[in-house]
Amino acid sequence: MRFLNSKIGRLTVMSAAIASLGIMATAAKADRLADVKKAGILHCGVVPGVPGYAFPNKAGKMVGFDVDLCRAIAAAVLGDADKIKTTKMKLPVAFNAMKAGTVDVVTHRFTWTFARDVGQGLDFTRVMVFDGQGFMVRKSLGVKSAKELDGATFCMSAGATTQGNVSDYFRKNGMKFKQVTFGSMGEAQKAYDAKRCDAFCTDKFGLGARRLAMTNPDEHMILPETISNEPISPMVGHGDQVWKDIVVWTFNALIAAEEFGITSKNVDKMRSSAKNPFVQRILGTTGKFGAKIGLGKDWAYNAIKAVGNYGEMWEKHLGKDSRLNMPRGKNVLHTKGGLLISPPFR
Amino acid sequence: MEPILAPFKMPQPAPYQSKGLLGWLRINFFSSWFNSLITLVLIYIIFNLANFLIHWAFINAVWFGDSAKSCPDINAACWAFVTDRWRLFVYGLYPSELYWRVNIVYALAALTIISFLYSYGRWTKYFRITMIIIFPITAYIFLVGDAFDLKYVAPEEFGGLLLTLVIASIAILGSIPLGLILALGRTSDLKVISKVCTYFIEFWRGVPHIVIIVMFVALLPIFIPDGAGIDVVVRAFIAFAAFNSAYMAEVFRGGLQSIPIGQFEASRAIGMSYWKMMGYIILPQAIRNSIPALMNTCIMIFKETTIVMLIGFSDLLGIIQISLESSDWIGPPHIFSSAYTFAALIYFIFTFGMSKYSRRLENRSNIEQQ
Repeated sequence: MRFLNSKIGRLTVMSAAIASLGIMATAAKADRLADVKKAGILHCGVVPGVPGYAFPNKAGKMVGFDVDLCRAIAAAVLGDADKIKTTKMKLPVAFNAMKAGTVDVVTHRFTWTFARDVGQGLDFTRVMVFDGQGFMVRKSLGVKSAKELDGATFCMSAGATTQGNVSDYFRKNGMKFKQVTFGSMGEAQKAYDAKRCDAFCTDKFGLGARRLAMTNPDEHMILPETISNEPISPMVGHGDQVWKDIVVWTFNALIAAEEFGITSKNVDKMRSSAKNPFVQRILGTTGKFGAKIGLGKDWAYNAIKAVGNYGEMWEKHLGKDSRLNMPRGKNVLHTKGGLLISPPFR
Repeated sequence: MEPILAPFKMPQPAPYQSKGLLGWLRINFFSSWFNSLITLVLIYIIFNLANFLIHWAFINAVWFGDSAKSCPDINAACWAFVTDRWRLFVYGLYPSELYWRVNIVYALAALTIISFLYSYGRWTKYFRITMIIIFPITAYIFLVGDAFDLKYVAPEEFGGLLLTLVIASIAILGSIPLGLILALGRTSDLKVISKVCTYFIEFWRGVPHIVIIVMFVALLPIFIPDGAGIDVVVRAFIAFAAFNSAYMAEVFRGGLQSIPIGQFEASRAIGMSYWKMMGYIILPQAIRNSIPALMNTCIMIFKETTIVMLIGFSDLLGIIQISLESSDWIGPPHIFSSAYTFAALIYFIFTFGMSKYSRRLENRSNIEQQ
C-alpha cells in the first residue's frame, strides 16, 4: 500500500499547487537575454498550419519563413542559427506558452490586434508580413465580387481573426452570412472542397497555397477584395524591453539588408569593402551597435549570413524558389512602393 | 388371391450433386433463383471493388516523387508522399544523425515482443523477465541520452510512430500495475483506502481525456512556476498513465468480482493471509478472467494516443497531417486520402497484432484451466 500513499502524496502536492494559483507569481522572466545566453539555445514557438511558414522537411528538421525568423535571432544572440528549439503549438496554446514564459519568442503568423497586444502579457515586435483577408469561391458560383456573397456559407478556422473580420465586413455592407468553423485551416479547407460551404476565407497569402490543395484548383477563384488588414508580427513576453529591442532590431536588420543589397552570399565582401556607413554600422565594422543591445558586434552579420535578407527569405520559402510562388504584394521595400521599412541604423 | 404388387414408382431424377466443389457451390450460393441472383450481384460488386482498389492502390499509383506535382492523377493513390516522408513518420523530428539509436530501440522492442510469442524451454521465463526489466532502461538511455556520452535528445523531439509507441507503451505498462493496485484498493475492506481509490478512479474516468491532457500540458505551467515544471512530454505521459489506470482498475475489479465468494472464504479458512490469498488464489483467476477486457482497453489506449495532436505533439497521425500541409506536399485530396490510408494500415497492423496476442493468451489460459 506504499504505492497508494505516495500516489496520494503526489496528488496532494499537485492540488496544493493548483489551489495556490492566485498567490504564486506567474513566470515573468526578468532577463530573457541572460537566460537565453545561459541556456545556449533559443526556444521558439511555431504553429504548423500555413504552408511555407513552419514545417518539418524530409529529414525531420523544421524549416520555413517563421523558422528562419527564429534562426536569425539565434544567430544574432548566440552566433549560431542552429541553436534553436522549435516547439510546435496549437493556436490557443501559443498564447498561454508565451504568457507562461516557456518560449522566448513566438514567430507564428499572429495578426497584431489591440486585444492581443494589450493586457495579455504579450508584446508584438514588428510587422514582418502585411497580409489581408480574402475569399475563395467556386467559379461556378458566378460571383465576381465579395459584395455579391449575401447569404453565403463560409468555412473558416476557429480562434483566428478571420471570424471577426468576416462579420465586420458583412455588417458594414448590410449582408448576412452563415459560418461553419473548424479546428484548423486544413479541416476548413477540406470541408470547402467537399462543398460544405460556398466560400473559404483566410489571409490571402494562405489562400494561394490552399487553392493548390483543391480537388481541381482550376474550378476555384480568389475574389479581388481584401476585407481586412492583417499586420503579422512575431511576439515576445511583455515587460522585457531589452529582449524586445534585440528581436525588433534583428528583424530590422534583415529588412535594411535588402535595402542596401546585402545578401547571405555577398555579406562577407560587404563587410570588408562596403563604403556605405549604414552597411558598415549594420555589419559591425563601425560603431558599437551590437554592444548597445548586449550582443557581439557581428550580431546582424551573423543573422544575415544565416538566413539572408528579407527578400531572400521570402523567395526561398514563399516565393519563386518554393512551390507556392506567391507574389510579395505589399511586402516590398518602401523604395519600391511597398510597406517594408526599417528605421535607420544610426 | 391377387398378388400384392409394389406401387409403381416413376423413375426419379438423379439427386443433386451435394459433394465436391460444385455441390458446395450449389448448396451455399445457388440454392434458389433468388439466392443465385444475390450471389451474382455480390460477385459483380466485389469484382468491381477489387478492380478499383487494385488500380487505385497498385497499377495507377505513384510510388516515388518529391512533391505533390509528381501525383497528377487524382484517381490513383499517391504513395510517393509516404516514400518521400517515411523518415518523419518513423522517427519524427529526432535528429537524423542519431537515427541509429532509435533503430536499436526498435530492434530491442521487436526482440522483447518475440520473446513473448515463442517458448523455448525452461529459460523462457527468465529471459522474459530480463527483457522486461532491461528494455525500458535501455530504451530510455538510447532515446533520451544524456548518459554514456550519448547526446541529449529532448522527448519533445520524438514524433511519428516513435512517439505513438512510446506513449502507448508507457500508458499500457504504467496503467496495468497502477490499475491493479487501485482495483485491490477499491475492493478493500479498509474504508479509507476503498473511498480514496473509488474517488480517484471516478475522477479520472469522469473528466474528458482532452480536458486532462490540455490541463496537464497547457495550464500546469501557468499554475506552477517553472522550477517545479516537469518536461511537457513527461507530463503528457503521466496524464495518460493516470486516466488509463482508472479504466484498468475497473477492468480488474470486474475480474475480482467474478471470483465466487467461496474462494475467498476457503482461502481464509485454511489460514492464508490477505496477500497470500490474493497472490495465490484470487488474482491468478481474476486476471485470467480480465484478459479480454484488458486487451480491449490496451487497444483503446493505443488508438487514443492520437489525442496528443491537440497539444501540438506530432504522433504518427499528427506528423502525417502536418506534412500534408507543407509547401511541397499541399495538394489535391487524393494525396491525403493515400496518407490516411497508410496511417490506418499502420494502426491496424498494431491493433490487430494486439488482438491476436490476446486470443493466444486466452487460449493458453483456458488450456491451463482444464
